[in-house]
Amino acid sequence: MGRVFLMGQEQLGPGVPLPEPSRERPPLRFITCGSVDDGKSTLIGRLLHESKAIFEDHAAALASDSQRYGTQGGELDFALLVDGLQAEREQGITIDVAYRFFATDKGRFIVADTPGHEQYTRNMATGASTADLAILLVDARKGLLVQTRRHTRIVAMMGIRHLVLAVNKMDLVTFDEGQFLDIVAAFRQFSRPFSFTSIQAIPLDARDGDNVALPSARTPWYSGPTLLDHLEALDLGPTNALAAFRMPVQWVNRAGPDFRGLCGRVAQGTVRQGDPVQILPSGATSRVREIVVWRGSQELAGVGESITLTLEDELDVGRGDLIVSLETPPTVADQFEARLLWMGEQPLVAGRPYLFKLHSKEVPGTVSTIRHLEDVDTGAHLAARSMGLNEIGIVNLSLQQPIGFEPYSSNRTLGGFIMIDKLTCETVGAGMLEFALRRAANLHWQTLEVGMQARAELKHQTPRCIWFTGLSGAGKSTLANLLEQRLHSEGRHTYLLDGDNVRLGLNRDLGFTEADRVENIRRVAEVAKLMVDAGLIVMVAFISPYRSERRMARGLFSAGEFIEVFVDTPIEVCERRDPKGLYAKARRGELKNFTGIDSGYEAPESAEVHLRPATDSPESCVELILHKLG
Amino acid sequence: MTCHPLESESIEILREAVAGAAKPVMLYSIGKDSSVMLHLARKAFYPATPPFPLLHVDTTWKFKEMYLHRARMVAESGLTLITHTNAAGLAAGITPFTHGSSHYTDVMKTEALKQALDLHGFDVVFGGARRDEETSRAKERIFSIRSSGHRWDPRRQRPELWQTYNTRIRAGESLRVFPLSNWTEPDIWRYIQQEQIPVVPLYFAKERPVVRRSGAWIQVDDERFPLAPGEAPQLRMVRFRTLGCYPLTGALESEATTLEAILDETLRARTSERQGRLIDSDQVGSMEKKKWEGYF
Repeated sequence: MGRVFLMGQEQLGPGVPLPEPSRERPPLRFITCGSVDDGKSTLIGRLLHESKAIFEDHAAALASDSQRYGTQGGELDFALLVDGLQAEREQGITIDVAYRFFATDKGRFIVADTPGHEQYTRNMATGASTADLAILLVDARKGLLVQTRRHTRIVAMMGIRHLVLAVNKMDLVTFDEGQFLDIVAAFRQFSRPFSFTSIQAIPLDARDGDNVALPSARTPWYSGPTLLDHLEALDLGPTNALAAFRMPVQWVNRAGPDFRGLCGRVAQGTVRQGDPVQILPSGATSRVREIVVWRGSQELAGVGESITLTLEDELDVGRGDLIVSLETPPTVADQFEARLLWMGEQPLVAGRPYLFKLHSKEVPGTVSTIRHLEDVDTGAHLAARSMGLNEIGIVNLSLQQPIGFEPYSSNRTLGGFIMIDKLTCETVGAGMLEFALRRAANLHWQTLEVGMQARAELKHQTPRCIWFTGLSGAGKSTLANLLEQRLHSEGRHTYLLDGDNVRLGLNRDLGFTEADRVENIRRVAEVAKLMVDAGLIVMVAFISPYRSERRMARGLFSAGEFIEVFVDTPIEVCERRDPKGLYAKARRGELKNFTGIDSGYEAPESAEVHLRPATDSPESCVELILHKLG
Repeated sequence: MTCHPLESESIEILREAVAGAAKPVMLYSIGKDSSVMLHLARKAFYPATPPFPLLHVDTTWKFKEMYLHRARMVAESGLTLITHTNAAGLAAGITPFTHGSSHYTDVMKTEALKQALDLHGFDVVFGGARRDEETSRAKERIFSIRSSGHRWDPRRQRPELWQTYNTRIRAGESLRVFPLSNWTEPDIWRYIQQEQIPVVPLYFAKERPVVRRSGAWIQVDDERFPLAPGEAPQLRMVRFRTLGCYPLTGALESEATTLEAILDETLRARTSERQGRLIDSDQVGSMEKKKWEGYF
C-alpha cells in the first residue's frame, strides 16, 4: 500500500480479495465534514487513490475534468471524483451526499462525502445517519470555525460516537507541532460535553498524502497512526448484538393458506427457534416456531439479518408491529420528547398533523409543543413557536397510536423517525426519540357506562358533525343557521359552533397566524367531537382554510359521522357583499393574514356537499344538506 | 449462520418498497446485477414468489444468449415477464449501426422504458444500478423519486435517513428503487459465487467471432452485423464484463473461464466496467443527463 503512481504497472486494481465473503464484518461507514475549503473532497479523492480505488478511465476523465473545472490550476483536482453533478462541478461546491467505496487488505469502507454549507445541513444529516465515524477537517491555518462547531454538534446529534480530527493543510503552517497541538487542545475542550467514545487527531496534508496512508517524514513529532491505519483498526465497541431481541415487522408473507411469515430485519439482539416473544403494541405473546430462510430454516438469527419468522400461535400481527423478547420488552408510548431537525421548505407548525415513520410503522401525529430551539453554533436554547429549514429543536410528539421504541441513543433504528408532509409527501423532518412522556399503558379512554349510541337513541337521531368551510362572507353562518332552524323545527337536538363566537370565548387567546389558525381548528374539532359523543347534531361554521386541518378534524370522527360542506362563493362575490367590512379593511392593509387576500384558502377536493350560494337560493342549499343527512 | 450485511440490507429495501407500492415492477436486463437482484427478491419473499412482474425493455439487439438466459430464469423463478419494445423506433428503422449510440439509446431504451411504465402504470420500479458505477449514481438515493414524465432532479432529492425510507408519492410520481446501491462489482461476483447464481455464459471467456470497432472487440452475434467488404470475423478468446446491446458492448480478451478467474480479474482490473459500454462517455455528465431524461 502507499504507492501513488496513478498509471503504475505494478499496482493491483481496486479492492483486494477478502477471505470469507459470508462472515465478514460490515464495511465501516464514515462521513467527512468541515468548512467549505478545508479539503473534504480532496481527502476522499486521496483515500480512493491510496487504496487503488480509482480506475484508469476514471483517472483519465479526472485529468480532463481537472483541466476543465479544476480549482488546482490544471493539477489533478480530486474533488471532481466525488462532486459528480454538473451543478457541483460548475460551482465548485458539494451539494449532495456522494457515496464512495474502497477496500484495503484490512477492511472495507463506505464514505459519504457531505456538503458543508449550512443550507445543505439536511444532506449532511442524511450522510451522518448511517455513519459509524466522522472525519472532521480543520484548516491548520484557521483552527476551529463556526462550521466546525456546527458539524460537531450535528455529528453528535446523529449518534456518531467516533471522531477523527483531521488537521489539514499542515504544509501551509510549515508542519508546526505547536499549531497542531493548540487546535487539538481547543477541540478537546469544546467537544467534552458530547462525550465521544473516541477522538483521534491527525496532522494531514491531504493533497500530498502526508499521514493519509503512509507516515509523513514532515511530521517527525507525530507518533500516532495514519488515517488509513486508524480506520482499519477502529473498534466500534459493543454493538446491539447482546441487547434484548427486537425486530420490526416489514411485511407479512402469506405464501399459502397455512403459512404466515413475519418478515423483518433484526434491529437488536438475537432470536432462536423456540424463544418466547411478545408483539407490540398489542402485547400478545407466543413462541418462535421457525426462522425461515431461503429454501430452509435456521436455528438462530442475529442483529442486522433479514429473516422471516413463524410463530406457534395465530396472532394478529401486521406491518409496523414490533416482535420483542418476552423477558425485556421495550416501552410502548404515544407521547414523546424528541430532538428534531426540520428539513421542510415550509416551517413546522405545532399542532398540524403529519405522518411519522418510525422503523416500518407509519402513524399520524403532531408536534404538540416546540419546547425550544437549539442554536446549532452555540448550543444555546431559544424560545420559538415554529421551526424553519435546518433548525434543530426539542419537541413533544403526540402520535395517534402507541408504538414500541428504544431511545435513539441506544438504537438508531428503533429511535429514529422521519416526518412526512401528508400533501406533498416530502420528507420534512428527521427526529430522534429521547424518552416517553407518558406510557400508553397508563392512558386509557375512560369507558363510560352510557355511550354515544344510548344518548343518541334517547334523542331518536343520528349524531353528526356538519362542517361548513369557505371564504369569509361566503354564507357559512347564514346557511348553518337556516339548517339549524330546520332541524330544530323537526325536533332534532342541535348545536351551532360559529367561528366568530368561539373566538370571543374558548379561543380568545388565538390570533390569525398559521400556527394559531391550526390550533383554532383543533380546539373546535375536539369540542364538536364531544358534542357528537353527547348525541347532538353539530354544525361548525369556520373558514378553516387548510385541507390538513379539515382532514385532522375528519379523522376524529367515525366514517359517515363527518359531513364536509363546501360553501363555494367566488371571492369577488364575498368581497362585494363584505357583511362585516373585513375585506375593505384587509385591502387597506389594516387586517393581516386575511383569507383570500394575503392568506391562502385550500378548497376541498371531495367535500360531501358542494354548495354555490351565489347562484342557488339558501333554501335549496339547505335541502341539499338535508338530503345528504337522509 | 451466514450473515451477509449487503444481502440483508437489499432484502430490507425490497420488502419496504413492496409494502409501500401499489404496482411494483422489477426492471430485468438479464445481466449480472439483474441476476443478483432477482435472486435477492426471491430470497426476500421466500417461500412466496416475489409479488411483482419482471420488465425487460427489449431493444431487439441483445445477444442471443441473453434471450436464452432470460427464458431460463423466467421459467425457474415463476415470475411473469413483461417485455416492451419501442414499436415506433423499430418501425423507423433505428439501429445502433445507423443512428449512433446516443440517439439509439434515447429512443430504444429511455423512451421505451417510459412507454412501458406509462402503459402499465407502475409506481415503484426496481433497478440494479450501483453507486460505484458512475459519479451521478454515487449521488442518488436508494428510493429515488421521479416526477411525472419520469424526470430525475438531483437538486430535489429527498433526505434519506437511516433505513427509514419514505415510500409516499403523489399521483403521477413514481419511485425508482435501487436495492444494490451499496454493492461494488467485486461484491456482485463474490455473491454470485457464494450463492451459485446462474449468469449468462457470455461473462465467461470462450472463443467468439469478433471484429474490431472503435478500439473494442465487438461480437458478430447475428447476420444483421454490417461487415465491411471482404471483412471476416476472427475467433478470439474473449469475455464480457457487462452486457447490453451486442453492437455497443465491447468484449475483453481473457482466459477467465471460471467464477474464481473472473473474480480475480475483477479485483485486478484497472479500468471501470462501464468502459466497455459505448454509451456513457459520449459527453461529460452524459449519465446524469440521461437520468434527468428518465434513463435508469
